[in-house]
Amino acid sequence: MPALLEVKGLKAGYGPTHVLHGLDFRVNEGGVTALLGANGAGKTTTLRAICGMVRTEGAIDFLGQTLQGRATEDIVRRGIAHVPDGRGTFMELTVEENFRLGAYTRRDREIQADFDRLCGWFPRLKQRWRQQAGTLSGGEQQMLAIARALLLRPKLLLLDEPSFGLAPLIVQEIFGIMRRIRAESGVGILLVEQNANLALELADLAYLLETGSIVMSGIAAEIREDEAIRRSYLGY
Amino acid sequence: MDGLAHQIVAGIATGGIYASVALAIVMIYQATHHVNFAQGEMATLSTFIAWSMIQAGMPYWVAFFGTIVVSFAIGVVVERILIRPVANAPVLTMVGVFIGLLLIIGNATGWIFGYTTKVFPSPFASDKPLFGGLVSAHELGSTLVTLTVLVLVWAFFRFTRLGLAMRAAAYNPRSARLVGIRVGWMLALGWGLAAAIGAVAGMMVAPVVFLDPTMMLGILLYAFAGALMGGIDNPAGAVLGGFSVGVLENLAGAYVVGTELKLTVALAIIIGVLVVRPSGLFGRVVLSRV
Amino acid sequence: MSASKGLHPEAAIGPIAVPAATPAWRRGLYLLVGIAVALAPLVLLESFHLFQLTMAVIMALAVLGLNIVCGYNGQISLGHGAFFAVGAYATAILMSHFDWSFWATLPVSAVVCGVIGYGIGFPALRLAGHYLALTTFSLAVAVPQILKHKSIEDWTGGVQGLFLVKPDPPAGLPLSPDQWMYVVTLIVAGACFLLAWNLIRSRIGRALIATRDNPTAAEAMGMDIASLKTRAFAVSAMITGIAGSLSAVAIEFVAPDSFSIFVSITLFVGMVVGGVASILGSLFGGLFVLFVPNIAEAISKAAPGVIYGVILILFLFLLPDGFAGLLRRIGQRLRIRP
Repeated sequence: MPALLEVKGLKAGYGPTHVLHGLDFRVNEGGVTALLGANGAGKTTTLRAICGMVRTEGAIDFLGQTLQGRATEDIVRRGIAHVPDGRGTFMELTVEENFRLGAYTRRDREIQADFDRLCGWFPRLKQRWRQQAGTLSGGEQQMLAIARALLLRPKLLLLDEPSFGLAPLIVQEIFGIMRRIRAESGVGILLVEQNANLALELADLAYLLETGSIVMSGIAAEIREDEAIRRSYLGY
Repeated sequence: MDGLAHQIVAGIATGGIYASVALAIVMIYQATHHVNFAQGEMATLSTFIAWSMIQAGMPYWVAFFGTIVVSFAIGVVVERILIRPVANAPVLTMVGVFIGLLLIIGNATGWIFGYTTKVFPSPFASDKPLFGGLVSAHELGSTLVTLTVLVLVWAFFRFTRLGLAMRAAAYNPRSARLVGIRVGWMLALGWGLAAAIGAVAGMMVAPVVFLDPTMMLGILLYAFAGALMGGIDNPAGAVLGGFSVGVLENLAGAYVVGTELKLTVALAIIIGVLVVRPSGLFGRVVLSRV
Repeated sequence: MSASKGLHPEAAIGPIAVPAATPAWRRGLYLLVGIAVALAPLVLLESFHLFQLTMAVIMALAVLGLNIVCGYNGQISLGHGAFFAVGAYATAILMSHFDWSFWATLPVSAVVCGVIGYGIGFPALRLAGHYLALTTFSLAVAVPQILKHKSIEDWTGGVQGLFLVKPDPPAGLPLSPDQWMYVVTLIVAGACFLLAWNLIRSRIGRALIATRDNPTAAEAMGMDIASLKTRAFAVSAMITGIAGSLSAVAIEFVAPDSFSIFVSITLFVGMVVGGVASILGSLFGGLFVLFVPNIAEAISKAAPGVIYGVILILFLFLLPDGFAGLLRRIGQRLRIRP
């Protein structure tokens, strides 16, 4: 399968300190790559590095073109949607306005059709259409964040811990949506998750991060079956 | 009784000016969390530009719209050159840059156009009293102009794609970048818009207070009072606050303290609001759940 | 901590660095040389330039007052001209209405300004950064209007203002009133600079800086932030007020329009250009705000304002620690070379 995103020797950090020490990984076209690891391993920084939100070294190629040194908004306009930690929702604006912002870069005529399609996926957002996003529950905000990201019609979706702080039932619902995205839209996903079991079930490739380096990588299904890795690294 | 009614109407007319300048201040505050101390000076400069255009023989309304365009450009340029490089600097630095801007624009205006007080024309025939002397034509006309501006600005932010993007960039720049908004340009546009609004306020108030380089200093104070009264991060509140301050000022001037202490009234309102209710009378409470 | 000190002495000790103790005789020598340099203008300058130098020292003192609350304590005031005005008027009223001697008015002026500063310090506690700047800015704009008001006209002389006379030199000293004024200014300013120097290097000074840099941590360490900030405001207002008193007698005249917003802005410019949070910088600031406009006025009436603005912004962009910071860096480089 051709690579959608190919990262080689990625180093990044804040100020003089490096958080990532040379990562190699890839996301296939239409594939799901899971990035696993404990708190502070560098998962969030990896996503930020791809989006140009931190200073980076190394090669980041997206559809064969480098993203290195580009501004966040330009990277986004090339088709990378990022649901950051904290979800990046505009709390002061309504659900509708958040939708409109999601489609900000688009000029095509299918925006309204996309609104309808996503409202079908997330019926609860339709109910809260004119409410301030800040009044939504955590689960609804996560759905809004994913909907907003998909409205960009991205080729690659970066998700930072979509299950964080949510009740198990809601987590199930969100992962259900992600399976649907994988099946129906052909969008590649780079998924950062602490819930390794769920992530590995969804992913085709998986990488395990420890203090800024990749310590284990491979086919997600194989890692999932490997009892030794599960015990020593994933802890379940 | 007629006197009181007239004071209130006149208060609404000046209140419209305060509301416009307050809105300009709040727009920049919302986007950058900085108070533009030079907002008044920028408006004065705009008014002088309009005056020169009229002197050069342009029809009033051509000069009016021409000035709005030029002021918008000045606002954008100022943001790009002076404000951008210190966007993340400490508060003291930012305040210093605004004071520097105030000094440069204020004194350059005096340098170029001179310090003599000038008569600025009103587009509304001002000698005919309307409604039995209740309101002058200029008061009515300038109120209509400011209300039109306020409605246009509101509609722009509420209904257009660009207006929405500017709001998003102000509320949450990081997330705005993640939906592809060029946040830097949105800030510059905000400065342009604020300068344009200030220009309208300057052109509307100049026929009343006469045009000189320090024309806007007192008005800036009232605009601060209005902005704080409405809650400095709330545009609608700032507009309401501006109108309230205009009426309050006129009533206090007519019945309580006399006209010599008008600035002190503004100061008292500012201190009063900040001490009693720092978020403003109409301060917005942001609802959020985690 | 000790390891980092060994590696980067400057960085670790920071702005309150104290050089290794100078031997007593050398300090005495510096002091003598300093006094000689300060007094030299008495013989070197004729009356007008001496008057200008006197005003420069007065402005330096006013900038020092602003620096204490603004530079060292981080409370941004754009209204210190108001304290300058209060000090000037206190002295002028006492001298012209009650025939007090200048010296007797100084403590009164200091106390009045200190109390007002303390009073303003309280609402200021609730006003972070911009709000305080905005409020003090508004205060400064309103000052001339308040001074002109009819209800206090009997005291202030209204728009006309008040005239007063320089103190006479003590009998036996071969000095003109202008020369004596310079000496008086030196004595008063010298005392205030000494006071500020000791204050900043004391426990209280370190607490002021700590509250500016990290209020949360300072509070967690048990510092009473509210009391520190209000007291800083009081001391600051007092010093700027004393400078106002001196200016009233030096100019022999006070009037409302001499105390417009531009006095406050001038003090602010002086602080930034001289060096924020620097006692020596306040001195440079005073010299700057007095002499640069004089030079610039030769070009145009409006030129000083424009040049002020440009220099202010240039300093903020290129030399944010001002003239004093520039000298400090040059000094460090020279010390490293040999």
